[in-house]
Amino acid sequence: MSKPITVWDLPRDELLAPGHRMCQGCGAAIAFRHILKAAGKDTIVVMPTCCGEITSTVYPDNAWRVPWIHVAFENAAAVASGIRAGIEVLKRKGVIPKDRQINVVAIGGDGGTFDIGLQALSGTLERGDDVLYICYDNEAYMNTGIQRSGSTPMGAWTTTTPVGKIWRGEWRPKKRKDLVAIAIAHNVPYAATANPAFPLDLYAKVKKALSIRGPKLIHVLSPCVPGWRIEPDKSVAVGKLAVLTGMWINYEYENGVYRVTTPVPKRKPVREYLRLQGRFRHLSEEEIKKIQQLVDAEVERINKLIGKEVIGPVEG
Amino acid sequence: MGKVVPLGGNYAVAYAVKACDVDVMTAYPISPQTTIVERLSEFVANGELDAEFLHVESEHTALSVAIGAAAVGARAYSATCSQGLALMNELLYIMSAMRLPMVLTIVNRALSAPINIWNDHSDFMSVQDAGWVMMMSASNQEAYDEVIIGYRIAEDPRVLLPVITSMDGYIQSHVVEPVEVESDEDVLSFAPKRRTWYVLDPDKPVAMGSVGDPNYYYEFKRQQWEAMKEARQVFDEVVVDFAKKFGRRYSAIETYMLDDAEVAIVGMGSFMGTIKAYVDRARKEGIKVGALRVKLYRPFPADDVAKALSNVKLVGVMDRALVPGSPTGGHLHSDVIAAIKQRGLDVRTIGFIAGLGGRLLTMDNVKQMVSALIKYKDARELPKEPIFIGVRE
Ligand SMILES: Cc1ncc(C[n+]2csc(CCOP(=O)(O)OP(=O)(O)O)c2C)c(N)n1
Ligand code: SF4
Ligand SMILES: [Mg+2]
Repeated sequence: MSKPITVWDLPRDELLAPGHRMCQGCGAAIAFRHILKAAGKDTIVVMPTCCGEITSTVYPDNAWRVPWIHVAFENAAAVASGIRAGIEVLKRKGVIPKDRQINVVAIGGDGGTFDIGLQALSGTLERGDDVLYICYDNEAYMNTGIQRSGSTPMGAWTTTTPVGKIWRGEWRPKKRKDLVAIAIAHNVPYAATANPAFPLDLYAKVKKALSIRGPKLIHVLSPCVPGWRIEPDKSVAVGKLAVLTGMWINYEYENGVYRVTTPVPKRKPVREYLRLQGRFRHLSEEEIKKIQQLVDAEVERINKLIGKEVIGPVEG
Repeated sequence: MGKVVPLGGNYAVAYAVKACDVDVMTAYPISPQTTIVERLSEFVANGELDAEFLHVESEHTALSVAIGAAAVGARAYSATCSQGLALMNELLYIMSAMRLPMVLTIVNRALSAPINIWNDHSDFMSVQDAGWVMMMSASNQEAYDEVIIGYRIAEDPRVLLPVITSMDGYIQSHVVEPVEVESDEDVLSFAPKRRTWYVLDPDKPVAMGSVGDPNYYYEFKRQQWEAMKEARQVFDEVVVDFAKKFGRRYSAIETYMLDDAEVAIVGMGSFMGTIKAYVDRARKEGIKVGALRVKLYRPFPADDVAKALSNVKLVGVMDRALVPGSPTGGHLHSDVIAAIKQRGLDVRTIGFIAGLGGRLLTMDNVKQMVSALIKYKDARELPKEPIFIGVRE
C-alpha cells in the first residue's frame, strides 16, 4: 500500500480559474477543481451541455486552463472517443510526438450521462476507448432549472416532480439505476464513485483511473445549492452526510475487485442528510422510513460485494 | 494519369477516401451507403490505410466522433444517408458553426415514412440550412473526385467548413462505371494535410464550443456567411487546379444546350443524364430545350444559374424532394426563383416533382415535362403548384 495522500500532496496549480460563474458552494465546482489537479495540464476536457459547461465558458470568458470542448448534450463520450482516436492516429503518423501523454476526460452531468447520453457512453465503454468519463451527479437537470433526471432520488422535489395533492416529489419507488454497475457490465478496467466532500479520495481515484488504459468511469455526487435547496456553506456538510448516512458510498472497482474507500463503521440515520435539504422537506415519517430501507438494502449489497461489513449499521 | 477501374459509386468514394489518407473514419451502416463503410473497413483491415476506424453505435455518435477527431486536427470522414443523416442533424449545424473541416458523403435516399431505401433527394435537401458546403455528383467519377475536391475546400484556411459530397443511391452507388482512380501520391499532393485550423492542444489551450450569448452569437453566424462566400471562391480555384492536375473539369453548374433554349429543365444528380438524353431527342424534333444541372448546391451558385437561364422563356425546375406546404413544393425551385428575381431577370419558372422514393424517371416522363414547358411557355398564368411527374393520382 502506498502512503495515503494528504492535502499537502495536492498540486498547487489551479487549472480551473476563479470567476467561473458557478454558484457559491457548488459541489461540481469543487469536483472539477480536484479532477483537474489530479489530471494535470496535459488533459483535454470534453463537456456536454450542462450547468458546468454554460457557467464556465461564456464567450469570450473561459475558466478552463486546459484545452476544453463542448459540442452537444448527449455526446460527450463520443466526442471524447473521437479526440482519443485523433490523438492516437496523429501520434502514429508523427504529427503529435509519439511519447506525448494526453489525458482525455469527459465530464458530464447526470442528465447527460444517465439519460440522453447513455447510448454514446455505452459505445465508448464497449469499444474500450481510452477515455475517463466522469459524471458529476447533482441529481437533476440543473441547467434547465431543476427538472427530474434518471438519477433524481426517491422523494426529491424538482420542478417536474413537484409536491402537490397527488405527487410527492420524485416517484421512482426504488433506487436509481446503478451507473457504476452499468460501466462494469461493459467490462471496464476501472469504475468508482466519489464525492467532493472527500477531495483526497476523489483526487486519488482520478489519478488511478488515468494511470489505466481503456475506458474508466467515476460517478461523483455533486451537491447543488439551488437544486437541493441548501445553504451555500452546507454543500460540503451535505456531501459528508451523504456518506455518513450511507446515502452515498465511496467505493471503487478495479479489475474485478471492489473496495470501499470511505468505510463508515456506524451510520447516521438518513434523516440527518434529508433534513438539511429543502428538496426533501415535504417527506413524511413513512416516506423517510422507505428511503432508510432503500439505503439499508444498498449498504447490505455493497457489504456483500466487499465480503465484510465496511458500512456498519445505523447508530442507535 | 490514373488507372481506369470499373467501380460502383460507393467503392469509388472509398478509394478517394483512402487516397486522401483520412485519419479517423466512423460510420454506421445504412443502405445504400453501407458498402462505402465495408470497403473502408477492408482498407484498414488490410493495412492499406492507416486510420482509426471507430465502430460507433449510431450516426449521432459517428458525427460526434468526427467532430472530436477534427478538433485535435485529424482528417475525418463519414458517410450516411436518409435516417442516418436525420439522426446527425443536430451535429451538422454544430460542426459547421465550430468551423471544423471534414468530408461527409451522402448516398441520397428517401426519408421515412413510409420507410424506403431507394433514391431521392429528401435527405440531402433536408440539410441545406446546416452550413455545410454541399455538392451533388452525377457520375461515379464525379463522386470520386468530389471527395478529393472536398478536402481541399474544407481545409482551406479561408473556408474551414465541413463539406458534403453526394451521389444518388443505387443509381450511382451500386452501378458500375469506369472510374479513373488516381494514385495516392497524386491525390495527397493535390489535397495535402495542412491542419489549418485551431486544435485542442495542451501546449496552447483553447476552448471550443463556448456559450455565445446575444452579445456574440450573431457575429459567429455572420462569419459563417462570409466563410460560405469564400467557399465559392475557393471552389472555383480548386476545380481549375483539379483540371490542371487530373484533366477533369468541373464547375458549379453544368449547362446543356442552353444557348438558344426557349425552355429548360433545371435539376440535380443522376436524373440529369436522362434529361440530357431527352434534350438530344427533342432537339432533333426542333424543340429548343436545354438543361442545367446544379452541382454545387451550397453555396448556391445564384449568379451562374441566373446568367445561364437569362434568355430562357420558361424554366422547369425538377425537385426530387417534396416540401409539403411550401410555396413551390421544392427546395431547388425556390432557390432558382430567388436567384432569378434577385437579379431582376424576367425568367419565369414552373416546378416539377419527380422520382420520389426511387420512382424512376422515364423518357416519357421527361417528355411530359417538356410538353408542359411548351404548353406554358407563352401562357399568361402559370401553375402555382408543382406538377407531379410519374405519380398515380
Ligand atoms: C438535445 C437536447 N435536449 C435538451 C437540451 C436542454 N438541456 C441542456 S442541459 C440540460 C440538462 C442538463 O442536466 P445535467 O446533465 O444533469 O447537468 P446539470 O445542468 O444538472 O449539471 C438540458 C435538458 C439540450 N441542450 N439538448
Ligand atoms: S445550479 Fe447547482 S450545479 Fe449548477 S452551478 Fe449552481 S450549484 Fe452548481
Ligand atoms: Mg444534473
